[in-house]
Amino acid sequence: MDDDQGLTAVAAARPAPGPRRRAAAVLHRRPRLRLTLLLSAPLAWLVPGYLGALAAIFLTAFWTTDTFTGEVVHQYTLANFQTLWDEPVYRTIALRSVGVAAAVTLIDMAIGLPMAFAMAKVVRPRRRPYLVVAVLAPLWAPYLVKAYAWRVMLAHGGLADEVLGPFGLSGPGYGLTATVLVLAYLWLPYMILPVYTGLERLPDSLLDASGDLGARPLRTLRAVVLPMVFPSLVAGSVFTFSLSLGDYITVKIVGGRTQLLGNVVYDNVGAANNLPFAAAVATIPVVVMLAYLAAARRTGALREL
Amino acid sequence: MTLSPAARAALRAVLVLGLAVIYVPLLVVLVNSVNADRAFGWPPTSFTGRWWAHAMDDAGARRAVLTSVKAGLGATAIALVLGTAAAFAVARHRFFGREAVSLAVVLPIALPGIVTGIALSNAFQVVLKPLGVGLGLFTVIAGHATFCVVTIYNNVLARLRRTGTSLEEASADLGADTFQTLRYVTFPALRSAMLAGGLLSFALSFDEIIVTTFTAGPGAQTLPIWIFGNLFRPNQAPVVNVLAAAMIVLSVIPIWIAQRLSSGARSPV
Amino acid sequence: MWSTRVALAATAALAIGLTGACGDGDSAGKATGAGQGGFTVPKIAARQSLGAGEGRVNLVAWAGYAEDGSNDKKVDWVHPFEKQTGCKVNTKIAGTSDEMVTLMRTGEYDAVSASGDASLRLIASGTVAPVNTALVPNYADVFPGLKLKPWNSVNGVAYGIPHGRGANLLMWRSDKVRPAPTSWGAVFDANSPYKGKVTGYDSPIYIADAALYLMSSRPELGIKNPYALDQKQFDAAVALLKTQRGLIGEYWSDYTKEVQAFKSGDSVLGTTWQVIANLAKAEKAPVEVALPKEGSTGWSDTWMVGAKAKNPNCAYKWMDWIVSPKANAQVAEWFGEAPANARACGLTADRKFCDTFHATDETYFSKVRFWTTPIAQCLDGRKDVKCVDYSKWTQAWTTIKG
Repeated sequence: MDDDQGLTAVAAARPAPGPRRRAAAVLHRRPRLRLTLLLSAPLAWLVPGYLGALAAIFLTAFWTTDTFTGEVVHQYTLANFQTLWDEPVYRTIALRSVGVAAAVTLIDMAIGLPMAFAMAKVVRPRRRPYLVVAVLAPLWAPYLVKAYAWRVMLAHGGLADEVLGPFGLSGPGYGLTATVLVLAYLWLPYMILPVYTGLERLPDSLLDASGDLGARPLRTLRAVVLPMVFPSLVAGSVFTFSLSLGDYITVKIVGGRTQLLGNVVYDNVGAANNLPFAAAVATIPVVVMLAYLAAARRTGALREL
Repeated sequence: MTLSPAARAALRAVLVLGLAVIYVPLLVVLVNSVNADRAFGWPPTSFTGRWWAHAMDDAGARRAVLTSVKAGLGATAIALVLGTAAAFAVARHRFFGREAVSLAVVLPIALPGIVTGIALSNAFQVVLKPLGVGLGLFTVIAGHATFCVVTIYNNVLARLRRTGTSLEEASADLGADTFQTLRYVTFPALRSAMLAGGLLSFALSFDEIIVTTFTAGPGAQTLPIWIFGNLFRPNQAPVVNVLAAAMIVLSVIPIWIAQRLSSGARSPV
Repeated sequence: MWSTRVALAATAALAIGLTGACGDGDSAGKATGAGQGGFTVPKIAARQSLGAGEGRVNLVAWAGYAEDGSNDKKVDWVHPFEKQTGCKVNTKIAGTSDEMVTLMRTGEYDAVSASGDASLRLIASGTVAPVNTALVPNYADVFPGLKLKPWNSVNGVAYGIPHGRGANLLMWRSDKVRPAPTSWGAVFDANSPYKGKVTGYDSPIYIADAALYLMSSRPELGIKNPYALDQKQFDAAVALLKTQRGLIGEYWSDYTKEVQAFKSGDSVLGTTWQVIANLAKAEKAPVEVALPKEGSTGWSDTWMVGAKAKNPNCAYKWMDWIVSPKANAQVAEWFGEAPANARACGLTADRKFCDTFHATDETYFSKVRFWTTPIAQCLDGRKDVKCVDYSKWTQAWTTIKG
């Protein structure tokens, strides 16, 4: 990707270039200028706009709130983090939230990988676009409505009980299991799509070659398919993990009496107007997510997002 | 891949089962939209078309859909500009901090929505309050644009990497200047990628609730916020199901277009 | 931050919002309540007369309080008001009391449907003006039990027009819970046979329900007001709720969720609002409600007028309109609360509405302690101890839920 493959000479030989042409020539000769122009808008938006906002919120975590006036008191204190550390309940909730996010991710991988594989390699190519549409369509059904549909299904005597009844089982009822189940349902398409794309790019000939060389399908799966599709799996997992980690609505609908980190943040900012403490709690998912991204980066998955 | 017929059958079975699981709750939504019981009692004892009739002349719902469409279009427009520019920079240039740009683009969607939500809400209030401007639709658009950039960025970046630079070089060789090349060569090659990314960005914005909750001014009621309000009052809850059912059906159209455009080359997510 | 949503009026909003100090009718309680927090009240004069309408009025309201027919064509008391007074209504729906305070401080709004905690802050900061009730003809018909209460007046000066009220009741499935409970003890009994099927309100303000129960079950704690708890009293209430958590199936925060849980039998016993009980009955769930012998917590709202209101005449007209018999009946029925205007009871679509919601039953409401957001200065007038404020309540709620 050499930036100067252009024809400076030709451009210069042209007679009396107009201002547009001149601007084009300048841009062409100066890749750095081009780069600056390209990057200025997105960076201006994301760096001060987004990263600045993030930085500001975490600065707030070191402040407190005057409970009567509701104003933030700008006085440096570690009290919020002290509370987080001292109260075992926050550790429990943090671990529970990470556990839920991990469980959701694993479930989605376990279901998403075979589904994506079937879509990309087993089904006739002509049918593939229809299947992609079929997987994508539920994304357009409002999230809340889907969660409520699950609430109805998981209710005492609901569809889950009806289906499992003949096997002598009953639905999980409302609680942590239900939360994991519903979150896994909600985010499944976000896992299937990147994995499907990754698999589709995988040439069939590669798999055939593996087979020709005597590998059994399971071996091919382990030695060829998995390593190549791994970045896509990780990319999908970034979605499922992060979306689960920040959720506070699903757990309110089907979580029974459980709560996750999102609820703690939400309760503190929405109801108690205690932004500093909410910000302190919010550092937990951010740290977890940054660690996750750092790990994901090593697999090259970020380019697959 | 040479799979045994049994393995193929098993994979097909998983696919069918998976799709069934995906669609059963949607079917429940559909059934509930004609369930006479306001609180979605199960199994339904009687059916009614009342909710559909209600939904048809619910001005609040119509307005909410319109607000969401505006928010989605606005956010997508901004994301298109920012995402495409960033993708060009990363694909066609080598510079220090290239990875950091990728990270900055990915971060808004990789961090939990509630974090993005409170950060943006706080920033808006710090910046806008002194100006005497309250939160409104434009803050929703700004918030959504932030996490929508990544969908455009990824689509365009993938397309740029795949197409390479040879066509652009040829165009330059034939005497086209940078703008002409952009307009007649690069853009047509990117158009479908931009559209696919844009549609996904629109969808993402359309159903976003967490960031919206924190960035919407009291006047800007997007569809998910309207649903949130109405789902929780039994007078209205069934109408929400109607709306959801209608949207599932209608959603096939934009997705189909997106799918056609990206022509199976790359998933838009 | 949150926008238009009943969800909020119904969930967090109501929870932290709709408040009042001591709900008991005794005037001594009121007097101390009025001086609560010991804040000084800025001197702002109430209007002495009204002029012509300004042609518009900007409201800050809870969702469902200013319906203009856009949610349900038949539910519209804004357009008739506009037609009658020529005041065009612009409503900003607020989700939380904090948002209400913030919006009112901008000075852009003329009137607000404030809740107890917001109302005190609004009064203390000089954001709202006293209301000359003589200029609000319909005020005459407001129930005496709602007039000059600690959450809508200071030292005998009215700061607003009462809008409506409701109690947090005990609901149970009559086919599953026998005998019918008469005490909150039913939801706090560690050996409850209904373990896993009990429900509680999902908000820190629910701690007050435990405190209310402790007032009679453990009098030695000396709780006088469930919203004014010193550390020791607070810890006892929190401990009670931690025990209760073992019994809880789920916490509820919205109508649909609770109606559905009671209908399916996922919940059989717990707190509720009258409107939810009615809906559950309408959906043929076999439920009963009662006000337990200990009394209960509850909520009540007040319309207040901004000190810097640009359209004060229209604001007064609106306040008069919203407590006028017809409009008050409409809003009470749509929202599901007891109306403030006694004559509203003759105009409800459901003839028995006021009976169902105990609107005229002052003995009933004398047992209700209306929600107040707790502050560090004890609301019961104690000066020798510090009370636990709401942000601590929120954090404690997190530890209760675990």
